[in-house]
Amino acid sequence: MTAQPIMKSFPKPSEISVPDGAQGWEDLYPYFLSFRNLSGSEDEKFWFCDSQHWPTVYKPFETIGGEFAVKCLGQYNTRHLMIPPANGIEFKIHMGYLYMSPIPVPEEQIPARVPEFERRAGHYFQNWDTLLEGWKVKVRATIAEMETLHFAPLPDMVPFDDIVQGVAKDGSEVLMENYDRLIQLCYQNGQYHFEFLNLGYLAYLDFFGFAKEAFPGIPDQAIAKMVQGVDMELFRPDDELKKLALLAIEMDLTAAFDNTDDVEATLAGVRALPGGEQWIEVYEEAKDPWFNFTVGNGFYGHDKYWIEHQDIPLGYIKDYIRRALDGHDIMRPVAELVAERDRITQEYRDLLDGEALAAFDAKRGLAATAYPYVENHNFYIEHWTMGVFWRKVRELGAVFAQAGFWQAPEDMLYLTRGEVRDALFDYVTAWAVGGEPTGPHYWPAEIERRRRIVDALSTQRPQPALNTPPAEITEPFTMMLYGITTEQVQQWLAADEQDDDAAITGMAASPGIVEGYARVITHADELSSVQEGEILVATITAPSWGPIFGKIKATVTDIGGMMSHAAIVCREYGLPAVTGTGKGSTTIETGQFIRVDGNSGRVEILEPTG
Amino acid sequence: MHDTQYIQFFDGGHDPDVEILGGKCSSLVSLTAAGMPVPPGFAVTTNTYRMFVHESGLDATIHRLLDGLDPDDVRSVDSRSAAIREEMLLRPVPDELRGQAYLAYHDLMERCGGSVPVAVRSSATAEDLPEASFAGQQDTYLWVTGMDNVTDHIRQCWASLYTSRAITYRLKNGIQNDGLSMAVAVQKMVNAATSGVAITLHPGTGDRSKVTIDASYGVGEMVVSGQVTPDNIMLDKVMLTIVSERLGDKHAELVPDPGSRQLVEREVDEARRNRRCLTDAQVVEVAQMAKRAEKHYGCPQDIEFAFDADLPDGQNLLLLQSRPETVHSVKIPEQKSKPAVGSGFSFGNLSALAATASKAAGTLPGHQHTHPHD
Repeated sequence: MTAQPIMKSFPKPSEISVPDGAQGWEDLYPYFLSFRNLSGSEDEKFWFCDSQHWPTVYKPFETIGGEFAVKCLGQYNTRHLMIPPANGIEFKIHMGYLYMSPIPVPEEQIPARVPEFERRAGHYFQNWDTLLEGWKVKVRATIAEMETLHFAPLPDMVPFDDIVQGVAKDGSEVLMENYDRLIQLCYQNGQYHFEFLNLGYLAYLDFFGFAKEAFPGIPDQAIAKMVQGVDMELFRPDDELKKLALLAIEMDLTAAFDNTDDVEATLAGVRALPGGEQWIEVYEEAKDPWFNFTVGNGFYGHDKYWIEHQDIPLGYIKDYIRRALDGHDIMRPVAELVAERDRITQEYRDLLDGEALAAFDAKRGLAATAYPYVENHNFYIEHWTMGVFWRKVRELGAVFAQAGFWQAPEDMLYLTRGEVRDALFDYVTAWAVGGEPTGPHYWPAEIERRRRIVDALSTQRPQPALNTPPAEITEPFTMMLYGITTEQVQQWLAADEQDDDAAITGMAASPGIVEGYARVITHADELSSVQEGEILVATITAPSWGPIFGKIKATVTDIGGMMSHAAIVCREYGLPAVTGTGKGSTTIETGQFIRVDGNSGRVEILEPTG
Repeated sequence: MHDTQYIQFFDGGHDPDVEILGGKCSSLVSLTAAGMPVPPGFAVTTNTYRMFVHESGLDATIHRLLDGLDPDDVRSVDSRSAAIREEMLLRPVPDELRGQAYLAYHDLMERCGGSVPVAVRSSATAEDLPEASFAGQQDTYLWVTGMDNVTDHIRQCWASLYTSRAITYRLKNGIQNDGLSMAVAVQKMVNAATSGVAITLHPGTGDRSKVTIDASYGVGEMVVSGQVTPDNIMLDKVMLTIVSERLGDKHAELVPDPGSRQLVEREVDEARRNRRCLTDAQVVEVAQMAKRAEKHYGCPQDIEFAFDADLPDGQNLLLLQSRPETVHSVKIPEQKSKPAVGSGFSFGNLSALAATASKAAGTLPGHQHTHPHD
């Protein structure tokens, strides 16, 4: 017998030193969200950082996205579907970053959940298409209602009509109701968000497990390719831009796209040309809903959406026009992708017969039906719902700014959503009594103090995980959604000891091997610097970076698994990708000549000097 | 023109008849017809052998020498084997046959743009058949130059039918000598920079979703006969991505010596030993070719390949052999889960799902699945 290796651990949350100037960070967030170790268990449990969805420090108001998402994910495991082995995921914030701790179902309770789960999941799987149609109706209704909510400064006096009609209310209640309703509607689509998501992952996992057993060592990307949708809503916004670019060429309107940074002038320029009005009509049609698309991931108040920053889509259109004129085929090779998916599926099928073949067909069929939701929901939730939500938040922020509570509408993000409710009452009270609100004397300094803390927290990267990991990570969602596997955790732990800079390894997310010059992007605003033929190196990518993928040769990300957006989009564009390297963007520098091996998941720096 | 009764070029467009061509040549004819990159060459058919032993009276001699032979009497077997083989090398070949072979050789040289070395290989009618593997019991002669040497080696191939081992094997397995015959392949020699074998399944488990490649430097005989430890690469057959690989020592290579115009064994230097002998692109090319061979024959194949140092990239991969893989039967792991009727989802399996997924996630490329508490 060999001696048992000493169990290695990540630091305890209470032991990590607070960056200078960030003292008191705990109070930025609601009492139940910050790590305070009140129960004593926070320093014991294993936590991993969800830097995939929240790569940067939360401002207090922004925790809403994490809270609603992870709470609602959990409710479907624990209360709706009774997933046999998995309850939800506990979550807390440590120094501005979101940490998660999955909750397994005790072994002895699992069998009793199986029949309930079968009944519930079975209902969904057997009625998938009709239920999903219903889902779209619910989600769109939520968004439509959100659009009706408005936030405007209160008038100097109640309108005479209200007097005549005996309304007997001053309108402040509308402001407060609308705020409450906005939060509520965000929560509502948060619940809908997970109605199908967990099942989509489950169907995928079921097929995944089967394929790994039938074909030991089958690449993950082969399984992904067999179930991935090709004509997906998530790709629609990008496809719309391509169509508009080709239409502009066809109608001879390209001269109007010289300076797309000036949106008004560009659109006016198009209108002035013969046939321009017709193009504008198509453009306007594409905007609703497809421009409800963010260059971020929808979870931050600063995320920019195309519909409010039309210079972004117009810039992409300009770029597509140039590429199409240069002779490139800018449309996605949909027919080839379908043919490749069919080829892969058929070749694996050919290796099976009898019962195994029937099981393969059934499981793949189910996964292919259920899995595209995992991608498509993104458009409805992260892009569309959250785009409208953040716009309304800024609208309210502007009302406060006008009343002197703070300077810029976005400053409201430094308040928690509970504090905003308080500030609202402060505002309407002062307005009603004809006095002066306290906010303008309290918030500007407080916001500046908080801003300094958030800035200080941002100087420190989060620990990938906290405390002692379990011997094995077994919770399926943790592995699927976050790529947190036993191996991943061990690799993180090993990275501390031997930092071998030459080898950057991650997931072989999309096949192919290329060499080229790196372009390191840490923020969506830097995307315009990406040059044709470069290799994109980023912390994480968002689906709305779509147009960039037509330009680059390969992608390397720090965060994300086989099913991360970078992986999916690269497979879609036929580009090699290595995801979840942990350190790609901090190790590689712009201008370095690198080699990306999407078959083995390795990235090498060939010429270190850029 | 060559009499197709005695000589058949691989690309002659004739049916690949095992009775006439033997296993190896028939496979080369069939693969050539399928458009696979087989080096040019011709078969000296079994009819040639038959006419030779008949016209020369050798058949009667063989019959007499083997009559009543006891397979366990090693000394008698050895001496009679030697006697038969000596006769085989000495008795005159009928002029007609000699003339046919000369013409064919001349044609081949012309086609290769001058005098090039050839490989002379036996192609037995019983060899390479799934039911009775005679593999390794017949001969291969590499880097043969000049007509005289070629005819000598054709005779030696014929003679290999009567090695002590072959005689004993047939006696013990009750195989008659009467119908015995052999064809011989004469084929342009590949100047192999690297070569090896590929099997269109996982040789350990029979998993047909894999292609396994063993490759080393130089001519492939050292890999086939196990004299070097080759690089071992396993690919997913559908995606053509590498699932696992192990670098072999590859300490020596068989390469042509320009001076002596022979193959010589040479030591491989440290740097070349320590890297894979095939590039990523070459690995994929080999696997694709193996897949084509499998598709052509409709069953798992075991191929021999080589990259020719004299040919440009894209045209330098050559197929030397393809035969049905006989050791492993087709095997699919038993399915533990049964699909639920109507839904396609194995609900009952879910309690085990976590474990399965964990195991599956552990097979991600580049990671070893380790248990800290093991």
